[in-house]
Amino acid sequence: MRLEYFQLIDRIVELDLGSRTIRTQATVPAESTIFEGHFPGFPLMPGVLLLESMAQTSGWLIIGITGFSRMPFLAAFKEAKLRAFVKPGDTLELTAALVHDGSGFARTKAEIRHDGKLACNAEITFRVVEFPNPEFRQHMEKAAAALAFPMEQLAHG
Amino acid sequence: MSSTFDAVATIIAETCDIPRDTIKPESHAINDLGIDSLDFLDVAFAIDKAFGIKMPLEQWTQEVNEGKATTEQYFVLKNLCAHIDALVAAKGA
Repeated sequence: MRLEYFQLIDRIVELDLGSRTIRTQATVPAESTIFEGHFPGFPLMPGVLLLESMAQTSGWLIIGITGFSRMPFLAAFKEAKLRAFVKPGDTLELTAALVHDGSGFARTKAEIRHDGKLACNAEITFRVVEFPNPEFRQHMEKAAAALAFPMEQLAHG
Repeated sequence: MSSTFDAVATIIAETCDIPRDTIKPESHAINDLGIDSLDFLDVAFAIDKAFGIKMPLEQWTQEVNEGKATTEQYFVLKNLCAHIDALVAAKGA
């Protein structure tokens, strides 16, 4: 994770366009100014950032499914549950599955596990629109490459 | 049509917390019932799932924005239900 850049996942482990699922991985930084306030003497990864990490995981899934032609923007969380504390240095396994591919929107189910234990889960809705401009899309393609997004699957998928 | 309307009205009532008896076939989802675009995504999700269709919301919105259609054509519930019935029929054809 690069919290200062709002990059909440480190690597796309698997993108399965057939089952419309994705797996990503993220390690919470050992140190961050965020932990100075959240909380002094008891550093915890903020729940809103865990939700964002599930949204980013889901977002890459939707980008994959749309063949990098459209951009998902977070619209709503449903039944978001923070089930366990996540601490600095923890390595997280994130998964998301597409629940519905609507017209101009999509919904996923996502979860985070730490040491195999469910730490967080939610159902997430996105507005899915055309990339606002070519520069934005290029930025996302660079970000995808940095996360090991399997571009070759899009060509074959 | 009536069973479609009943299903859609129930979805709207449950999704948007609107009293069921205030939802009529003549109700405009936006102007009369006050459903905003985000809540309508929940309604669309539930309708898509219930009827096994994909309502072409983007196409409808584009037609309205381009002046080729009115919101009444798609968002007055009796008209919305007619579109749903047509989509269901097209799926089965």
